[in-house]
Amino acid sequence: MSTIVLLLVTGLGLGALYFLVASGLSLIYGLMGVLNFAHGSFLTLGAFAGFELARRLGGDSWPALIASLVLGSAVGALAAALTELLLIRRLYERHIEQVLVTVGLSLATVALFEGIWGTDPIYVSAPAWFGQTTELLGARIPNDRFVLIGVAALVLLGIVAFLRFTRYGLIIRAGVENRPMVTALGIDVRRAFTVVFAIGGAAAGLGGVLASHYFGYVSAQLGGSLLIFAFIVTVIGGLGSLSGAAIASVVVAVLQQFANFYWGVGDLVVVLLLAGVLLLRPAGILGKKVHA
Amino acid sequence: MSAPVLVVEGLSARIAGQQVVEDVSFEVPARGVTALLGRNGVGKTSTIRAVLGLIERRGLVELAGERIDALPTHRIVQRGVGYVPEDREVFGGLTVAENLRLAERGSDATGRELVRELFPDLVERQAQSAGSLSGGQQQMVSIARALINRNAVLLVDEPTKGLAPLIVKDVADALARAAEAVPILLVEQNLQVVRQLAETVVVLESGRVVHRGPAAELLDDPDATTRLLGVHAEPGAEEGER
Repeated sequence: MSTIVLLLVTGLGLGALYFLVASGLSLIYGLMGVLNFAHGSFLTLGAFAGFELARRLGGDSWPALIASLVLGSAVGALAAALTELLLIRRLYERHIEQVLVTVGLSLATVALFEGIWGTDPIYVSAPAWFGQTTELLGARIPNDRFVLIGVAALVLLGIVAFLRFTRYGLIIRAGVENRPMVTALGIDVRRAFTVVFAIGGAAAGLGGVLASHYFGYVSAQLGGSLLIFAFIVTVIGGLGSLSGAAIASVVVAVLQQFANFYWGVGDLVVVLLLAGVLLLRPAGILGKKVHA
Repeated sequence: MSAPVLVVEGLSARIAGQQVVEDVSFEVPARGVTALLGRNGVGKTSTIRAVLGLIERRGLVELAGERIDALPTHRIVQRGVGYVPEDREVFGGLTVAENLRLAERGSDATGRELVRELFPDLVERQAQSAGSLSGGQQQMVSIARALINRNAVLLVDEPTKGLAPLIVKDVADALARAAEAVPILLVEQNLQVVRQLAETVVVLESGRVVHRGPAAELLDDPDATTRLLGVHAEPGAEEGER
């Protein structure tokens, strides 16, 4: 029983990381039709920015952790907004060029990060509580899992509230359904594009700092390794569906944890799940709409 | 006679490289309803979409004396061109109130009052998802989105398409009331509705204008309606509803 609880909570923690990356990917694709292969770079940049700030503030204190989370998400948002304004904006409706540019940016930033921080993983320190465990139904759960799950839940609630209660949220939900008609109502939908990129980048940057604590290190490859699973989650959840991304994040990560623990084939099971969903329900669990 | 609100000169448009509108010129007077007519597939919807910049186009388009053909769609609409698209295109995942809030530019109490007066049903259904409305109710949302703002002209594309006869009358009456406040360029296949609403007509054929003139003159001439529109209009029909 304790093993099942441990796997379940650890899976939820990993699912939280997937969701922080996948939420942005899904919103960006849903509104703009852009498959953003550079999204992992926002995560890695946020992680490095958070690491640098925490290091300067003393590393293992709570204020340092909180400051690193704030800076990581701010840097992720800024990097994403600049990417949209400077690169993607000129390429809407040109899907092949978008893929080439975002893949190119992803490769270039990994090389840049390796140039600055080296190719070896850099181990991060956190408040002592992070490394301790809490007993839950007989299982000793690492405390950082609770933080991951809590932050992801807050991000989900925050994005849902943004979509439901703000003017930009309204524009984004309408734009996911029918972008030309939003324009035909006199709305400059391109501003919403930048906002969506910034939100996605902020979630990814936040995820980057948390991922560095989940794995215990930050490296130039951090974003790329999570991006693969985030794409799988986005496709399974339904491109453009925030709720779908949340559900798929949990399903994929929990399944991956169990399959890894019992048979050592977590990644294979995830790929088989993806294939099954694509064959039986090609639009994913919740289709294309943003469900706030 | 006052200056036209909308002037279109030498307008050409393409979709996926294919010419769909060719050298079209016409004017929309500053009052009343102008109907843009023609057989299926002659380029009526494309002409409206070209005026709005929703498809690739060339030519001159002036709104109240100012050129708008180089502007992006959202700027054209912000200048006061309201649009009621073919097939309604309401946002089904949003509520009725959200559809209207999305469309509203600034706060125009007159526009809101007009919408409330014309479509009391929508006020009662404002919390309902637009996707769950009937076709007629969705059309009312679509028209209300255009009427809620103070516009210089409305472009209304086949507002009665696919609607039951009783609803067609409601929609036509609403447009007649709206036309008292704002000039309308109307694409419409239902000639009874055209007879009820339009003072002037412009007829397209193969993407070109082939006829302009008073609506009654065309609709009272069975030979002309058959030749230009491919349908036979009852001379003087529905006169009592005007």
